[in-house]
Amino acid sequence: MKKTYINGLGCISAQKTFDTVFLEEVEVLENSILLPLKTPVYKDFISPVAIRRMAKGVKNSIVASTLALKEAQLDTIDAIITGTGMGCIEDSEKFLKAILDNNEEFLTPTSFIQSTHNTVGGQIALGLQCKAYNVTFVNGSVSFESALLDAKMKIEEEEATSILIGGVDEISDYTTSLFKLAGYIKQELEGPYPVLNSTTKGVVYGEGATFFVLEDKKREQTYAEVLDVEILNQLDVEEVEDKIIAFLKSNTLQISDIDAVILGYNGDVEFDGFYKNISEKSFVKIPQVYYKHLSGEYNTASAFGLFVGANIIKTQNIPDVIKINAVEKSDYKTILLYNQYRGIDHSFTLISRC
Amino acid sequence: MNKGVAITGMGIISSIGNSVEDNFSSLLNNRVAISTIENISTVHIDIIKVGEIKKTNEQLIEELQLKADNNFSRTAMLGVIAAKQAVDNAGISSINEYKTGLISATSVGGMDMTERHYYDYFDNEELVKFIKCHDGGDVSQKIAEELGLKGMVTTISTACSSAANAIMLGARMIKSGKLDRVIVGGTDALAKFTINGFKTLMILSDGYNSPFDNDRKGLNLGEAAAYLVLESDEVVEKQNKTVLARVSGYGNANDAFHQTASSENGEGALLAMQKAFKVADLKPEQIDYINVHGTATPNNDLSEGRAIVRLFGEDNVPDFSSTKPFTGHTLAAAAAIEAVYSVLAIQNNVVFPNLNFKTPMNEFNLIPQTTLKYKNVQHVLSNSFGFGGNCSTLIFSKSE
Repeated sequence: MKKTYINGLGCISAQKTFDTVFLEEVEVLENSILLPLKTPVYKDFISPVAIRRMAKGVKNSIVASTLALKEAQLDTIDAIITGTGMGCIEDSEKFLKAILDNNEEFLTPTSFIQSTHNTVGGQIALGLQCKAYNVTFVNGSVSFESALLDAKMKIEEEEATSILIGGVDEISDYTTSLFKLAGYIKQELEGPYPVLNSTTKGVVYGEGATFFVLEDKKREQTYAEVLDVEILNQLDVEEVEDKIIAFLKSNTLQISDIDAVILGYNGDVEFDGFYKNISEKSFVKIPQVYYKHLSGEYNTASAFGLFVGANIIKTQNIPDVIKINAVEKSDYKTILLYNQYRGIDHSFTLISRC
Repeated sequence: MNKGVAITGMGIISSIGNSVEDNFSSLLNNRVAISTIENISTVHIDIIKVGEIKKTNEQLIEELQLKADNNFSRTAMLGVIAAKQAVDNAGISSINEYKTGLISATSVGGMDMTERHYYDYFDNEELVKFIKCHDGGDVSQKIAEELGLKGMVTTISTACSSAANAIMLGARMIKSGKLDRVIVGGTDALAKFTINGFKTLMILSDGYNSPFDNDRKGLNLGEAAAYLVLESDEVVEKQNKTVLARVSGYGNANDAFHQTASSENGEGALLAMQKAFKVADLKPEQIDYINVHGTATPNNDLSEGRAIVRLFGEDNVPDFSSTKPFTGHTLAAAAAIEAVYSVLAIQNNVVFPNLNFKTPMNEFNLIPQTTLKYKNVQHVLSNSFGFGGNCSTLIFSKSE
């Protein structure tokens, strides 16, 4: 069976995550409940006319995918698969507000068009003139993993040799205010808002666009091999460990074979138990990593997690800023990622050095 | 030909019926359901007609016996109704007995609730629960919960081809052995958001949609949900299941032409159909019926027609029809309800009529089947195309 390799990546996030050494210039912004992304210089990647027209998520995805393709030294690919929890939500808001405020009159289609969830995948295809398979997943915090799973299957089916996948979500004002109201985002109280050992409900919220080129061949620029990915919609805290053991077993591995585990801690005291339970038990002797204090939580933040994992394998180093514990290994060969959001949409992703 | 993946159950709710049997009966008896909108207050009430399910949300809540404090969107309720039917039809009593997944499609998700309560959330604490039901993933999660399904759940949203892509992924997951069973399909409720969106694009008809007619004036929106149960041959054999038909071919390609318009030569559609034939290992002349996308917009029918002519040859196009004059265009659910209609065509050896057709298009000599026609139907090809250049084709085949 063909194997799947990460051969290029591009990451637009709240941190400086391109044109820099891996996480060397990060800032931990513990006093903010919102981590907006660092806007790239769009004109280096997109024509001025398009910059004015395009949604934020589309622009960031074009930049991230351009970076990924450049690194993989590819001009075209055999599939484009996107994950986005909320789509270009700013445009959804804009169109909905226009409908409500003007009693369904004087509307223009631009924001409606951009609100369509597959607008990112469609725009990337248009830009690359790529007529290949193009699908978009919109399932909360497994939107990106669904894309990863689909891509891995495509490579195994030998339907594709190179695939662009990505996760993208954007912060928008009104939806942010609704998420605060519903308690999904932390209340603005006295900071700081640490992501580890948090005592408050809700998350530190973010946005980003992270794209990867996957190929069926190992090359000089290869980061890691994607061994497996599994999606489970619902688990109890106590079930997670067994499911991880079963997942590893199906890859003929056990917990002691894991050189680092990357956990999706997001600072929500109500749901961090899913991670804590394994952090403090079965994975206690294994290097543990977190990242959402850098990226913020959003439906496709786990793509940032994979960016972190791929880089740990490539650089064979875990920067201090993302360490949960002090355990170290001389060799980072096999890494497990575990993510969930509000107790649903759990995913396990397994990557390894090759 | 390739054997394809077994379909063992199906369920549907649309404007022409609340069950597979009702839908079939409406298709046989020309019972069209394009009507004046009742469940949504809109200023466009007098100028648009829609394929609306004539049940209020309250009636749906009662039917599903949901708690008073539920936060189901209409999209989710329609989805649950259709998915439950499909699971029952497949004779599944223990949903997690095998490795079972749900791959659902939606384009509006819970927008029907968001647009209703958008400015009221801050003043009415009771509404806050609906904030959660906005996104597409919530729709699938609700369906999974109502089915008691614990496993792989995901959602596809590629506009009007969404459900075709969900069915395709499900078939691939059965073939690869990643799942033993999967419930695939889509759901979309009518919403002010989509009504106005399509209105601004000026592709809504002010009358009744007439696919492949020279004087077609656009589409009628509709709402629906439909799901198929796909099962591995091992499970089918073990449980001695009846196979309704098989998903034998599938393909997705991108037109890469324009964000909302299809290319004039139908490049993406042609590529999608070609891929589906390759997967099915069938030849174009083996297709007995094409359930076309046929939205009746000037652009779609021209592009799709050109692609069909390119693939089959203008003189060799099999019987084809669009069933959208019955149901309206149900967006992310369209490919799922048309999958059910394709299976019904195979089971009953019948081609459904393309209603409202009068005048052939100037651009080519393509005449849809306008009356009910009984004939042997072995293979049905079903097209679905969406914004973002998304083109999908499914081929359904009689199970031997």
